[in-house]
Amino acid sequence: MKALRFGRHAAIAVIAAGALALTACGSDNATGTAPATPAASGPKATGTLTGIGSSAQGAAMDAWKTNFASANQGATVQYSPDGSGAGRKALLDGSAQFGGSDAYLKDEEYASSTTQCGPDGAINIPVYISPIAVAFNLPDVKELNLDAPTVAKIFRGEIAKWNDPAIAAMNPDAKLPDLNVTPVNRSDDSGTTSNFTDYLAAAAPEVWTDKASGVWPASLKGENAKGTSGVVKTVTDTPGAVTYADDSAVSGKLGVAQIKVGETFTKISAEAAAKAVDAGKPVEGRNANDLSIKLDRATTIEGAYPIVLVSFHIVCSTYDSQETVDLVKAFENYVVSETGQQAAADAAKSAPLSKELQDKAMASIEAIKVKS
Amino acid sequence: MTTTSLTSSRGAGRAGDKVFSGATLAAGCLILAVLFGVALFLVVQAFPALTASPDMIKGGEGFFAYIWPIVIGTLIAATIALVIATPIAIGVALFISHFAPRQLASSLGYVVDLLAAIPSVVYGAWGAAFLAKEISPAYNWLASNMGWLPIFQGPASATGKTILTAGIVLAVMILPIITSLTREIFLQTPKLHEEASLALGATRWEMIKMAVLPFARPGIISAVMLGLGRALGETMAVALVLSSGALTASLIQTGNQTIAAEIALNFPEASGIQVSTLIAAGLVLFVITLGVNMIARWIITRHKEFSGAN
Repeated sequence: MKALRFGRHAAIAVIAAGALALTACGSDNATGTAPATPAASGPKATGTLTGIGSSAQGAAMDAWKTNFASANQGATVQYSPDGSGAGRKALLDGSAQFGGSDAYLKDEEYASSTTQCGPDGAINIPVYISPIAVAFNLPDVKELNLDAPTVAKIFRGEIAKWNDPAIAAMNPDAKLPDLNVTPVNRSDDSGTTSNFTDYLAAAAPEVWTDKASGVWPASLKGENAKGTSGVVKTVTDTPGAVTYADDSAVSGKLGVAQIKVGETFTKISAEAAAKAVDAGKPVEGRNANDLSIKLDRATTIEGAYPIVLVSFHIVCSTYDSQETVDLVKAFENYVVSETGQQAAADAAKSAPLSKELQDKAMASIEAIKVKS
Repeated sequence: MTTTSLTSSRGAGRAGDKVFSGATLAAGCLILAVLFGVALFLVVQAFPALTASPDMIKGGEGFFAYIWPIVIGTLIAATIALVIATPIAIGVALFISHFAPRQLASSLGYVVDLLAAIPSVVYGAWGAAFLAKEISPAYNWLASNMGWLPIFQGPASATGKTILTAGIVLAVMILPIITSLTREIFLQTPKLHEEASLALGATRWEMIKMAVLPFARPGIISAVMLGLGRALGETMAVALVLSSGALTASLIQTGNQTIAAEIALNFPEASGIQVSTLIAAGLVLFVITLGVNMIARWIITRHKEFSGAN
């Protein structure tokens, strides 16, 4: 009996501690921003919203759905990070109400979206921007200037040593060691690889002759590891290794390259990434509200960082019921809002959307309506 | 009185018998149905990949060009694991069954069984984060001193994440399976055989060679086959440890890939024909594993009268 009582006390203590921890987290998130009021405007959102898609958004999505559910009684968001391809497929066959994808709908997918989403088809909304760092492990070197052809050559294994003249020419002040270059790529199919190879193919077409793809070109011999954490760990353990990874995951031990854009070397940052996204062009042949962005990877705009992953939420332009419309609108408005983007930045260290893009996204979301 | 109670209990016994035999029959049928269901699923889902035009498949040269290097890679990894694990496992099992003091034998047995309880992702993390780093100087040594052997051809991987490291991790993983099965078999050697050979003047080693090992041979083979099955199907550890790539003869360079790891790495982001391709790869692995298990069963039944494993 005594033991039982003690057990109960212990349980209460644990719960109390957990609650304390939760409150602590909550107040942490709110620092610096207005109290989260995702559903300030519009009708009350209720029901369950189901999404499937990109795992890159996973961490941000966890923050979004938690905050959204706590601000909207009776509304829940379910998200299953099954992959971008699965997310697009689920939206197109109607098994999810929104899809998360590291790429906007392809033309043929957009064309087929009219079956589920009405005559205007689906809308791609950029919600998550993550700059991709070129990170390396060199003793005593924390910053390197690299241009696209050199990065491409490094990852193709065409530069054998770190003191290669091609690297030395751009880094006259760095003490480059006589160390083998060991490029490390992702062994799994990933959006990071897809965006990185897209950059290389666009910015260094004469060196990078492979097409952009989520799977690293099989013809290239190199080290690889599973997942962002895997490549970062491998590079951290191996002097002379270099990889590409979400900036948020790169630990302080590694150096990060500044990428040549135009005439200057641009340091990776959230603002530089957002600038590159703003410089992208809308994709043609979509409905007026669609925000698919074709990034200009070979951009020469000063201060833009073009190695960036843009992840989208793909929603329908029309839904069957008013309830779903309200729910989708409320959730997506929260996601692209200042607080939503800040929550993602806190949880996943992503780069918040620029104000301009936020406004555009909100206008697109406003246009979602019930099927007529 | 005795008669009535006997008859009534017999009646109840019959009903219980029927229920019980029905239940076991259902269980037996269920497992067959599940196996058949899995096979059917694999065949149906894999079909598009087998019939698709070659340029649709990853690599662009059709399914068989895609699958054979990773089949070979799977077999290489499993072979390394068996070559390393089998002698060690037999040694450990013999020590436990015939050499160790009783107290030590039972605790050592527990420890070996405990190895089997560690999740494969933990082995993978250990291999990738610790073993690979520590073993890479050894690979450099092999490359510079034994490089004339094709399997140790340099330059060695800088990260140590090679098929040999993966094979070593697999060897540790299958060690407990082979050890505990062979230990049981060694313990079942008829005491009379052992005592007879000792009485004839054999040393302990000669006794093991003449009485224990011949008796246990089919059991050892089936234990090894079960270990092989585990090594072939192991996914997470290989996916984490191996730095995959094209088929390479050298075991200390980066390269090679196994079927299970290939599926695990690419399935999450795959769509359309890629999914079919991966499922077809799964079908191939299913067939290989089925084959291995059937051979193991066949060996066991062939030596039924001697084997301790039935």
